[in-house]
Amino acid sequence: MKHFLLAAALILSAPAVMACETVTIGDLTIEHAWSKATIGAGRPGVFYVEITNAGSVDDALIGIATPAAGMPMLHETVVQDGIASMPHAMSIPVPAGQNVQLSPGGYHGMLMGLTTALKEGDSFPVTLSFEKAGEVTVNVDVLSLRAEGPDCADAGQ
Amino acid sequence: MLGVGAYRTRNLPTRSELLPLPIGEMTWTLTDHRGRSVRPADWAGRPVMVFFGFTWCPDVCPTTLSDISLWLEELGADADRMIVALISVDPERDTPDVLANYVSNFDQRILGLTGSADEVAQAAADFRATYRRVAKDAGDYTMDHTAGVFLFHPDGRFVSIIDFHEDRRFAVPKIRRTLS
Repeated sequence: MKHFLLAAALILSAPAVMACETVTIGDLTIEHAWSKATIGAGRPGVFYVEITNAGSVDDALIGIATPAAGMPMLHETVVQDGIASMPHAMSIPVPAGQNVQLSPGGYHGMLMGLTTALKEGDSFPVTLSFEKAGEVTVNVDVLSLRAEGPDCADAGQ
Repeated sequence: MLGVGAYRTRNLPTRSELLPLPIGEMTWTLTDHRGRSVRPADWAGRPVMVFFGFTWCPDVCPTTLSDISLWLEELGADADRMIVALISVDPERDTPDVLANYVSNFDQRILGLTGSADEVAQAAADFRATYRRVAKDAGDYTMDHTAGVFLFHPDGRFVSIIDFHEDRRFAVPKIRRTLS
């Protein structure tokens, strides 16, 4: 744990802490967007983010796009009878008044066809498409392969 | 379902088909990320923690290896005698060199193990782990696989599994029980 906190402190002291930026569109707040470094560009990258719907109307995340990958998709890690699989998620519900996390072991963006390896400290934009609110772009901070989440002052991670 | 279809507990009617074999009764041979051959007998007398995964896995595998790294750091030198291994279910892509690159991102006590398709199948059968290749677009593929972390006593007895979605705070006490 000590090392984790030390690592977190180092990340906080880095100049570009994009994962702590917050963007809004309509009633939706999008924050804590982060990804993990990849070994080369052959392996898929991953995209995590937190979405809060402060409105009274249900919405849904229906797609993601990024110049960093040729085929970004929404996936969900499902563990059933001890077996992990990653089915494609057609859409991720963002119900009214709720907070939805794309986070390790659950919903996530899978970035297939990376244009280049993702390196710790880099950042790249991802455009999220919502069924009702429309499109919004957020900067995604690339953390280490073993990161468990961004460490922002207000982060719930 | 745990258990591999091709595997049958021949002449061992009392042996559970759901629980991993004791390490001493396993028959696999694998190659570690330094290119060395490894057999179950090499682990005799040491506590063991094993996870099945693959390096092209974007979510479950790095998350689990991050967790394992944190647990090992919390355990400190107490876990130095423990064998901690990632067994690849994707030997086609996970060569020893690929695994060496991958495990270098995590706690240095974690070994990467791979082998031929048959060797990996034997290891999975011994652990009662399963895996399945899932085709994706353009000839690409991913793997479904057993996601729990297997724990064994130094005498080779299976102790328990840390499930992927179980509260991670219970993991370190579970691991400690294998160290004594």
